Amino acid sequence: MAEEAVGSQRGVASEPWRRGVGLGLRLVDVLIRSVLPVVLALVAGGILLEILGRNPRTFYSHIWLYGVQNGSWQDSAIRMAPLLLIAMGLTVIFRASIWNLGYNGQFALGAALVAGYGPSLVNHVPLAVALVTLFLMATAAGAAWTLVPSVLKARYGTNEIITTLMMSFIGVGLANILVKGPFQDPTIQTPQTRVIPLEDMLPSIPSTRIHVGLLVAFAAVLAVHYLLTRTAFGLRLQVLGANPRAARHVGIRLPRLIITAFLISGGLIGAAAAADILGLWGYVRADQFPAYGDAVIPFVFLARLNALAVVPFVAFYAVLSTGGDLATAEANLPSDFLLVLVGLILLFMTMIEYLGRRRELGGSYLTPGLSQALRSSLFWRKTAVE
Amino acid sequence: MSEIFTEVFWTTVLAGGLLAGIPLMFTSLGETISERAGVLNIGLEGMMLLGAYLGFLGAHYSDSVWLGFLTGIAGGMAGSVIMVVLCVWLGLDQIVVGIAITLLGEGITSVLQGAQFGTTYPRLGATPTVSIPLLHRIPVVGTSLFEQPLVVYLGFGLVAVVGWLFRSTNIGLNLRAAGERPEALDAAGVSVRATRSWAALSTGALAGLGGAYLSIAVAGVFTPFITQGQGFIAIVIAMLARGRPLLVVIGSFVFGISLSLSDALQIAGITISEDVINMLPFIAIIVALVLFSRRAYLPPALAVPYVRGAR
Repeated sequence: MAEEAVGSQRGVASEPWRRGVGLGLRLVDVLIRSVLPVVLALVAGGILLEILGRNPRTFYSHIWLYGVQNGSWQDSAIRMAPLLLIAMGLTVIFRASIWNLGYNGQFALGAALVAGYGPSLVNHVPLAVALVTLFLMATAAGAAWTLVPSVLKARYGTNEIITTLMMSFIGVGLANILVKGPFQDPTIQTPQTRVIPLEDMLPSIPSTRIHVGLLVAFAAVLAVHYLLTRTAFGLRLQVLGANPRAARHVGIRLPRLIITAFLISGGLIGAAAAADILGLWGYVRADQFPAYGDAVIPFVFLARLNALAVVPFVAFYAVLSTGGDLATAEANLPSDFLLVLVGLILLFMTMIEYLGRRRELGGSYLTPGLSQALRSSLFWRKTAVE
Repeated sequence: MSEIFTEVFWTTVLAGGLLAGIPLMFTSLGETISERAGVLNIGLEGMMLLGAYLGFLGAHYSDSVWLGFLTGIAGGMAGSVIMVVLCVWLGLDQIVVGIAITLLGEGITSVLQGAQFGTTYPRLGATPTVSIPLLHRIPVVGTSLFEQPLVVYLGFGLVAVVGWLFRSTNIGLNLRAAGERPEALDAAGVSVRATRSWAALSTGALAGLGGAYLSIAVAGVFTPFITQGQGFIAIVIAMLARGRPLLVVIGSFVFGISLSLSDALQIAGITISEDVINMLPFIAIIVALVLFSRRAYLPPALAVPYVRGAR
């Protein structure tokens, strides 16, 4: 892992007593680089609230009240399920220095399919079979939606930032068409699918309201962590991420690797949609697909693309957004205020990264290649392909 | 099928294409300038939104579209100042900062609009137009094409000016050098940082103007997320245009027409769902990328921070 590599390069691990000091310093580094941007963003957001004539202290205490207290932590935990799965999807692909920015389309398609076929499927086959089928269907849909960008990138080196973004808009459009057309609930006017009956949704973890989708998400975290740190595939991804040219020279078949990484990424994001629809919503409404991915990106970076480290960050954001939905409503503001906070976190993260580079704070949030990847031609990236 | 090719249909397609294409034209012209200089603006969408919101506010409170366009330009530039400081001066990652600017632009304009107007959306009056003598009397398309707000004509003038700047001035040469081989520009005694800063600022100004035109002249109202991904379309247009302003204009109107097709088809009595129509520009871009991606050209130093003496 990148963190350990940095530690050993500094030579702090050689003597036991120095290792302790090194660990302490590293912990401080990690705290500064990961937690400080969040704190600064919350402060800046508070200043903005003050300007708008809202009381920031009330606002943030409302977030705590509605996101953690009185059992609302369970709502936050429920929201963690799709967020974690999306974060895993992004972690895998970012490790390879590839940008999958098509998460909204991949999610929307998965969600539309699950909500479209779900209500009838749960009536016709045993519930367990139905739920697993729906999960697999959403996974397949999310994965399939990455095929065009990944094949274009693998074969022609076409820049995936643009293609995934465009496919994302198309995916959301297609999901809307499906919801308003074949999946439309015929008994009502609102453009939405039929509702999966409550007893046919994902079961809850005993003595909580939290559905088992969260366990699926945690399993995915462990699986992705294992995949990235303990397997040859993970190593290949890391080599590709660090240096595409080196990856080619050591004989990695790049097209296959790129396409596989994209499929895993899209599949996890599709699975996130299944967990969210089957666990929480039970239906989707056209034009109302949640854009979870936009909010997850900064936290994936703050976790330094480390699958396990993503968990606390996602938990934080789950609380922030669950409490924030109600807190913004009470402050009479659009819930898009959360987008401002997320954008601020990203900005402060890059700034602290800059200071960190100046002061040798250690590993960067980007794999070396992720920033490097853009330095060749955006469309025709020979080094990344051949 | 003949009844769909009526006068009204063609007028709607052309006039609507022009109307929808103008914001794209301003924005992608701006992106062309900074791409030439080696700065990639993924945050274009956020800058457009800032321009759209501030432009709307300016026009709303002053009752003057011109002041509105000016505040819109200021809004877009405010967004690009972040880009200039963080990416050009400090050399931070342009993609991450760009995503941040987009998220911030989306969030802040929506929050401010909500805090100020709640769920009401005040409308502006129609933007005054200027008709070109003689040409606007051309039957069928004359009035819709040659009666435009003054800023549109100025915009076409601006395209010509940018083309001339690129082709035959030192400024254009400096811009291109900043994107192609910044160290050569540095060695020639011209500041890479200043060149790129000005380029990024003019991109912000043009994106802000594009957004302001969208909210003031096209929609007459500001709604959150009004740009609907047009900032990203503008990036692609600029990439495919390979730094040629004329191609920027053509590309913008092709996409403008595909954005305006839904109205035209409805008039022609063909109801295609709005969602299908909204997808068209993005499908067109995927097709264009598949077909032309090899011919697209981007400066080698695009998105590479310039550090003097670094290799």
